[in-house]
Amino acid sequence: MNELNTLIFTATPLVFAVVGETISEKAGVINLSMEGSLMLSAMAGFVIAFETNSLLLGFLAGAIVGMLVALLIAFSSIRLKLNQVAVGFVLFQLCVDLSTFLGNGHVRIAGPTVQAWSIPLLKDIPVIGPIFFEQNLLVYVSYLLVFGAWWYMFRTRPGLGLQGVGERPEAAHSRGIQVNRLRYIYTGLGGALIGIGGASYSLSVKIGWSFQHTRNLGWIALAIVIFGGWQPIRAAMGAYLFAGLLTAAQLLQEPLPDLAQVLPTIPFPLMILTLVVIYSDWLRRLTDRFPTLRAVFAGEPPTAIGTVFETD
Amino acid sequence: MSWMRPLGRVLIPIVGAMAFAILLLLLAGANPFEALGLLVEGSVGSAANLSDTLTAWVTMVLAAAGLVVTFRAGLWNIGVEGQVIAGSIAAAFAARTIEGPVAVMIILTMLAGLIGGGLWGLLAGTLRVYGKVNEIFGGLGLTFVATSLTTYLIIGPWKKAGVASTGGTDPFPRDSWLPTIGTLRVSIVAVIVAALAVVAVYFMMRGTRFGLRLKAVGQNLRSAVLFGIPNKRYLLLAFIIGGALAGLAGTIRVTGFHHKLVPTPSGAHGYLGILIVLLAGFQAKWIAPIAFFFAAIAVGASQLPLQMEVDSSLGGILRGVLVLFVLLFGGWQARRAGARLVADAAPPVVPATPGGEG
Amino acid sequence: MSLELRDIHKHFGPVRANDGINLTVEAGTMHGLLGENGAGKSTLMKVLSGFHAPDSGEIILDGKHIRASSPQDAIGHGIGMLHQDPLVFLPFSVIDNFLLQSPGGLRLDRRSARREFEEVCERFQFSLDPSASTRSLTVGERQQLEIARLLWLGARVLILDEPTTGISAPQRVKLFATLRALAEEGMSVIFVSHKLEEVEELCQRVTVMRQGKVVGHAEMPTPASQLVEMMFGAPVEVEAAQPIELGDPLLRVKDLSVEERLLSIEALSLDVRGGEVIGLAGLGGSGQNTFMRAVAGLVSPAGGEITLDGKQIAGLPYRDLLDVGIQYLPAGRLEEGLVQGLSITEHFVLSDPDTPFFVDWDAAAEHAARAVTANFIKGRADSNAEELSGGNMQRLLLAMLRPGLRLLMMEHPTRGLDIESANWVWSQLLSRREDGTAIIFASVDLDELLRYSNRILVFFSGRVISEVNASDTDVEELGFLIGGKVREQQ
Repeated sequence: MNELNTLIFTATPLVFAVVGETISEKAGVINLSMEGSLMLSAMAGFVIAFETNSLLLGFLAGAIVGMLVALLIAFSSIRLKLNQVAVGFVLFQLCVDLSTFLGNGHVRIAGPTVQAWSIPLLKDIPVIGPIFFEQNLLVYVSYLLVFGAWWYMFRTRPGLGLQGVGERPEAAHSRGIQVNRLRYIYTGLGGALIGIGGASYSLSVKIGWSFQHTRNLGWIALAIVIFGGWQPIRAAMGAYLFAGLLTAAQLLQEPLPDLAQVLPTIPFPLMILTLVVIYSDWLRRLTDRFPTLRAVFAGEPPTAIGTVFETD
Repeated sequence: MSWMRPLGRVLIPIVGAMAFAILLLLLAGANPFEALGLLVEGSVGSAANLSDTLTAWVTMVLAAAGLVVTFRAGLWNIGVEGQVIAGSIAAAFAARTIEGPVAVMIILTMLAGLIGGGLWGLLAGTLRVYGKVNEIFGGLGLTFVATSLTTYLIIGPWKKAGVASTGGTDPFPRDSWLPTIGTLRVSIVAVIVAALAVVAVYFMMRGTRFGLRLKAVGQNLRSAVLFGIPNKRYLLLAFIIGGALAGLAGTIRVTGFHHKLVPTPSGAHGYLGILIVLLAGFQAKWIAPIAFFFAAIAVGASQLPLQMEVDSSLGGILRGVLVLFVLLFGGWQARRAGARLVADAAPPVVPATPGGEG
Repeated sequence: MSLELRDIHKHFGPVRANDGINLTVEAGTMHGLLGENGAGKSTLMKVLSGFHAPDSGEIILDGKHIRASSPQDAIGHGIGMLHQDPLVFLPFSVIDNFLLQSPGGLRLDRRSARREFEEVCERFQFSLDPSASTRSLTVGERQQLEIARLLWLGARVLILDEPTTGISAPQRVKLFATLRALAEEGMSVIFVSHKLEEVEELCQRVTVMRQGKVVGHAEMPTPASQLVEMMFGAPVEVEAAQPIELGDPLLRVKDLSVEERLLSIEALSLDVRGGEVIGLAGLGGSGQNTFMRAVAGLVSPAGGEITLDGKQIAGLPYRDLLDVGIQYLPAGRLEEGLVQGLSITEHFVLSDPDTPFFVDWDAAAEHAARAVTANFIKGRADSNAEELSGGNMQRLLLAMLRPGLRLLMMEHPTRGLDIESANWVWSQLLSRREDGTAIIFASVDLDELLRYSNRILVFFSGRVISEVNASDTDVEELGFLIGGKVREQQ
């Protein structure tokens, strides 16, 4: 019980990040800088919160950092026609080094923390209450975010447009959607969410700042987005699965130390397996025959991901 | 002047990156000019320092040379980092299991590294060619698989006599260490191997039918088919060659530097290789000087009067900003050239994509 | 709704796709826009539908100047366009496609949209399942989906760009019935095509474009020969190809069948003799190219036999067929034939099967320079492929053909070429016959088919519906055949 509560808690930064990246990729922009932007925003969030003694400003700083990095990728792709992967990759390295350099003055010091706050009434629900509702505000926001993002994408008119932009931009354009403007907006929004994810790591889960504080979290998030089939709820499940693996690894540390070391990298083979399966012919044949299965297995990447859209 | 534009294309981003670095140094409270002096001094100022720079140069050059091959084939081989690690593992295996004189061990460990890295590349290639898994994701995933395999070996089957520790395995037998001269850390063998590799890649891409066909595959898969090129075989070969060279880099990391298997044997030199190749515009001839510059920054920065980790990050920032500026500036110039419809506009230093849609 | 376009200009780089176009479409009529590929029809319609912004010009709708600077504006003014490849979103359901960018509030009301969708479909007897995946629809059904959507959004001017490409005959009948019904309701329909047959069947007025300009208007019915002359220019008298002695049987295709997503070929048989020229006629996408690609080993056949000089070659990859003397030249010269970023010299090295492992670049450059001169390629040995004009790309492709070919297959050998280049291309091709090379080519240019072929196979929906000797037929008969006029009507 206690472990499940911790699991939800530790997965929260990852949840923000995977939802953010999912939104960005759905719009057709792959933010490969995530490992770096997550780290830089974790640093920025902690340092600003520490200096101003304001958690709110800390989160704001994280969001702004994440957004700026994402917008730079969008700008390079949309205006300069550069390859999103190249720019994202360079920004990954740059942001990691910037976080080390700029965060140097704030290594291993105590700072402000998001306080736990249980939701009255809900926390008294048996079983569920103690797991989901004895958390902090950030965790509750992440629940809303996951369902909100899912609802927006699949149940609203602009959400359908978002999917269209990443799926077939010229068709979206022919219907009057301003493709590149939406790409800026959603990439920026996705980046801001990644930034909030970073800040929530350093202000809630593993409080403070240290050298490469969020190491590998961004890569894990990238893998989980794929594993989640570009769908917010499934991606969040992926984040919880990863947190579960971490918990299992901790429990196994004593009896099986070598296995414990390997467990946290399981999302990567899972990602590869997911990609192999979604592109395989037999899955297509299967879902053609049984369309209901599509809801379970559908995990197609947005077709136009990583491409530049020009009207002329 | 016709030569001024290409020169400006390189100089302007360099000046921009320098300005950025100076700003950061001021932020860190260091005197930028003093720091620059220390940087030069620390990287090439003495035989020992130069030897350290060359040691870093060797792995960067090897990884980058392999990346030229894959990038030219239109492949974003981000998994190069994993291929370096796979090479390290394979070389460590050879070093731990085989006994022999130094010369034999050099050849055998390098062979093992070539095979290990090549197989790891082939794995990403198979996923890409037969499983339609994009090489970026496949490569990243395999990198982490290689990392966790390393950790597993260090803690499990290859653990240190006595207590298992994440610090690494026991050192290899002396005979499998790359020989060095005196107290210098650089191995002449390693430098020669790296130089040979970069020259070989240069001539392969420029002077052979294989290189030309690889370029055709990278630029336009469909046309390549109509030229009768077996494209799947070429894509897989590109992965194998790229992976093998990365694996060689991994070998030299463990036999020439760590002398044991450590959790991150690559030192992220695979990732650095990507930056080098991006900066070199995927051309083999620029790899050696750029890699030297990168290595000098990495080694020189450690001489700065700063704390550990901060110093190396400063070098990283300088590298990152430089590559970013070159990319952005190249894109901006191409955009302006496109707007003016100059028929003979020179291509940007770094093309938007390494090949066609690959 | 009446529509007028005045002096529309649009260029892409140096290409003047539209050069001062004037066009008037009366309310309640179906207006045909004819022209061969690359005449600028699609560009004009994309300008009208707001997809491309024109460089200059005016659009006047019911007497009012409008600005269609975005597709949204155009839709707002009631102008809807059905693109050649229906711009639908394949992973989405039909109803989501219907709803994407429809006006309304934040929340998607799929249930009421479904009702409205079914109403529109009923009106035109479309049977589309709103919850089906769009990927499972045929091209014809995707068109129906788009038409339903555009009408639902209130389109009053409907533009259809080559709508019959890739759809089945019954779907075509249904499409035409729908369009007639719409015109009767007072809508203006612009029907863009390079297929005479369809325009004759459907339209009251026709505008013909050539090389970015309007070359004439005509009230229907107008004799096909007159329209053909407008589309292609006055027939140039070139002496017909000298007949040559045909050689031994060379290629034998027996009961070939190919299954592709949009088209399948069934039980196709053909015998070709050395030195023979076979023309493949038919609407674009009727199976001509699929057939050639199957023979070339680029598409794997589902069944049947292909033999060359008596040897079984079906199922062999193209690179092996190259070595036995089969070569294929695609229509997309830069997309599929040449490699962007590589020089002419590098192309010659690539195409030469005897290139040693270590390339002698000096000799290669010399060889390339000679070939450039000999083939009148406007360019230098170190020019990159993409710097060449279409005609020079074709010259380069021909110059790279291997010597001693047994069978050459070509898509649209002279498409988009000026007359001089076109004649040169054919003089090169015909001279190959002397060595006993057989030629199979697909073309939409009836003149070209008649002038150079020994025999012409007419394709329709993946079948050869007629095989004629070029000397026994004429433009008119061929035109009818291509339109599928001899097919057995149900």
